[in-house]
Amino acid sequence: MRAGSTTLRWRMAFLTDRLTLAVAVLVALVLGMPLLKPLFAAAFPTLDRPLYEADSFLTLTLDHLALVGLSSLTAVVAGCAAGIFVTRPSGAEFRGILEAVAAMGQTFPPVAVLAVAVPVMGFGAQPALIALTLYALLPIVENTVAGLEGVPESVLESARGLGMGPVERLFRVELPLAAPVILAGVRTAVVINVGTAAIASTVGAKTLGLPIIVGLNGSNQAYVIQGAVIVAALAVVLDFGFDRLAALSVRWRRG
Amino acid sequence: MPHRPILHNRVALLLAAAIAAAALTLPFLGFAPNRLLSGRPVALWAALVGPLDWLVLLPGVVVLAVPFLRPGRAVSAAYVAAGVLLAVGLVWLAGAQAARLAANAAPAARTSFGAGFWVMEAAALLAAMDGVRRLGLAPAWRIAVGAAAAALIGLLLASGRLDQLSILREYANQRDVFAAAVARHAVLVAAALVPTLLIGVPLGVLAQRVPRVRRAVFPVLNVVQTVPSIALFGLLLAPLSALANALPGLGIAGVGPVPAVIALTFYSLLPIVRNTVEGLDGVPAAVREAARGMGMTKRQIFWKVEVPLALPVFLSGLRITLVQAVGLAAVAALIGAGGLGAIMFQGLFANALDLVLLGAVPVIVLAVAVDAALKLAVSLLGRRAA
Amino acid sequence: MITFDRVTKRFEPWTAVDGVSLTVEAGEFCVLIGPSGSGKSTLMKMTNRLIVPEEGTIRVDGEDIATLRPEDLRRRMGYVIQNVGLFPHWTVERNIATVPTLLGWPKARVRDRVSDLLDLLKLDARRFRDAYPHQLSGGQQQRVGVARALAAEPAILLMDEPFSALDPITRGALQAEMTAIHKATGTTIVFVTHDMDEALKLANRIAVLDHGRLVQFGTPLDILHHPANDTVRDLIGREDWGLKLLAVETVGQRVRPEEDGAIGAPLPADAPLRQAIAEMVARGTDRLPVVDAGGRPAGVLHLSDVVRS
Repeated sequence: MRAGSTTLRWRMAFLTDRLTLAVAVLVALVLGMPLLKPLFAAAFPTLDRPLYEADSFLTLTLDHLALVGLSSLTAVVAGCAAGIFVTRPSGAEFRGILEAVAAMGQTFPPVAVLAVAVPVMGFGAQPALIALTLYALLPIVENTVAGLEGVPESVLESARGLGMGPVERLFRVELPLAAPVILAGVRTAVVINVGTAAIASTVGAKTLGLPIIVGLNGSNQAYVIQGAVIVAALAVVLDFGFDRLAALSVRWRRG
Repeated sequence: MPHRPILHNRVALLLAAAIAAAALTLPFLGFAPNRLLSGRPVALWAALVGPLDWLVLLPGVVVLAVPFLRPGRAVSAAYVAAGVLLAVGLVWLAGAQAARLAANAAPAARTSFGAGFWVMEAAALLAAMDGVRRLGLAPAWRIAVGAAAAALIGLLLASGRLDQLSILREYANQRDVFAAAVARHAVLVAAALVPTLLIGVPLGVLAQRVPRVRRAVFPVLNVVQTVPSIALFGLLLAPLSALANALPGLGIAGVGPVPAVIALTFYSLLPIVRNTVEGLDGVPAAVREAARGMGMTKRQIFWKVEVPLALPVFLSGLRITLVQAVGLAAVAALIGAGGLGAIMFQGLFANALDLVLLGAVPVIVLAVAVDAALKLAVSLLGRRAA
Repeated sequence: MITFDRVTKRFEPWTAVDGVSLTVEAGEFCVLIGPSGSGKSTLMKMTNRLIVPEEGTIRVDGEDIATLRPEDLRRRMGYVIQNVGLFPHWTVERNIATVPTLLGWPKARVRDRVSDLLDLLKLDARRFRDAYPHQLSGGQQQRVGVARALAAEPAILLMDEPFSALDPITRGALQAEMTAIHKATGTTIVFVTHDMDEALKLANRIAVLDHGRLVQFGTPLDILHHPANDTVRDLIGREDWGLKLLAVETVGQRVRPEEDGAIGAPLPADAPLRQAIAEMVARGTDRLPVVDAGGRPAGVLHLSDVVRS
């Protein structure tokens, strides 16, 4: 009984957890949107087609996630590598210019970066992917450098003094301690990319922005709402997910 | 064993290599018979006609020489000047070549920037930035260098020497539309700023004082900030149209500038409230206590101690807000708010790439300018305080 | 045994260590002392190649350390610094196990070793083994720091002002701990400090450095009785030279081998004279009974004998 109640409490905590809730809402919206067709038909009686049916919302969501995931992952690998390079003695010279570029680049509005990618690379998912990757690089590089710089000098000295080599120091000490800051940069990048990927449907990438754009151009408010609700839910799910990861990355600070 | 390195600046070497590689392998310009066709590439050497053209490359040689010179202020200053002059010179050269190509072509022909131009231009500007950093200039002087480069390019624009470049040909066609779009863009940003400050600043002050308000406000604003702009515009569409139908006299609508301003305000609140709170949090308790100890009233402490000390952090929140709003206002064109985004999306939907640039490039310039202006304000304020 | 042979290190434009030759014998507790900027830390950090000298050679047990891989060299030596530098994301156990793990010890052996070290440093294993550094007080953190340095049973322990940041009571406790650990393990210890009291309390021999040069190298009594120059005199402190001497000399060195004449609780022969004076003042007497290490009567200490120099 006692063991049972702990499990129950654990289950309740899981069920009322906001990440779980957000994921449930997102899944319900993506899979259940067709069921809401009568609702949209009632709300917008003037529309011939009250439900976006050109693509399934599941396909759009997966394409959206693929675009965000691929660009963010590339940016994480490249951004961390660059951040690590400029915080080593051999790359220190490049640190200033890299930080300046990262700071300045982030003032460029993401939508404008996306638009500029088209004249340079043409329409489609490819320019979107490249624009999103470049844009995601900036906060990740910035936070990787800040995170690695934030590792206390005394910790580095004792790691050296105890006989850790450069690789051991990086992977056992520096990166774990910089992880929360790096993760915050990844979170910024992903949240921005979810939004920019939606706009990328204007440059020919198939994403959750498509129903919104089609709806806006065709004065179909139902399409707009369907796309917007799912994009918003997706962004919130990812944000809550990063919240959880952030808490995990600093578990040692508690207690 | 004093080790004397041969290379004093590997950044400059890398940039010089990028410039050289782009000059040799990538098209400097693209030349197309009309605005919808893609162009044939024009290499850099094809654009080097007169001796003055060759002079444009001289700063590039300076950048290449910098790594091998003993570092010092003079070398760094030359490095900065070379970066700026190369960036300006490349623009001039592109304009000059566009004019030459236009002289022998049909009126519909277009000359646009090629990948080589973009790489060289970026490398030249990075060289200037790297040099400015090495000079260790104060922020105000760094901004002055940027402003000087911008002014030189502005002069070229004003002189008409760039008029045959496709983006300016497009501008010539859209002159009135462009001016109206810039004005509308600025109005959108400014119009959102008013409610943002009226709500955000008092809310920030309150949140800083009352922990319960703080705990309630930030999760909400954080979620709003998380929702992508295009989705928030979409979500506001239905309730606002419903409101417009119910109360037709108020000038509210689901599309157009009003929902755009409302959505921009939602986004702008977070940085303003956050930085108001952080600024006030940053006032040292000892300073507050000393002020109280000297007999200042609560009102005096707020206006004479807390506000001046919190101002730099607040201004940096304002900077983030405005830069963000410039970009979001461009997205707002999708719901019919107008502005530079309208030109940009019109170009994207019509496959007119010059039009895309005519919308997107000014958005970037505007964002960078707003950023620089507010950074300048913060740095001048900091100097006054010091 | 550590031998420094005409070691020089320059940080342009100044010379941090200037031609220092010095031999630290095996099992010795050697304290390097000097004003700030004297080169004492630099000299110590050259021992484990955190700093590489420009000239001269350093040998550990006859082996030139320049020929060794720095990581291997460092894993053979313990290292303790002022700011402790515990890894904040690791438990106490994992922190202490750092070097054994790097050396690839089997898990069970590492675990036993951690238990022994927690005992040695008087840290309750149940409470501290799984704790994180931020849950510990400053003194407890440095105890873990010392345990971590001793983990792989190094023949040499390097300590860079390890107790300077601690409050006086904690510092005193840790100093006593170090003396006990030195006695128990026989580890060669090189200890950097700027505090002469600490040096006198801990050292077998003290090396005084100034402007990168070795000014004097001798036992605490040598240093007190025959300071080589004004720098050394300044470090001792001109006013309380007498008190320092009382802290270094022991009751056994001044005791009269007589049987009678003193009553009350006896003092051990290895107690410092300062403690004897304190007892005399507290008890209002000018003589105290003394016992040797085995608890057998060793004689009587007279105030007049303490005062005579």
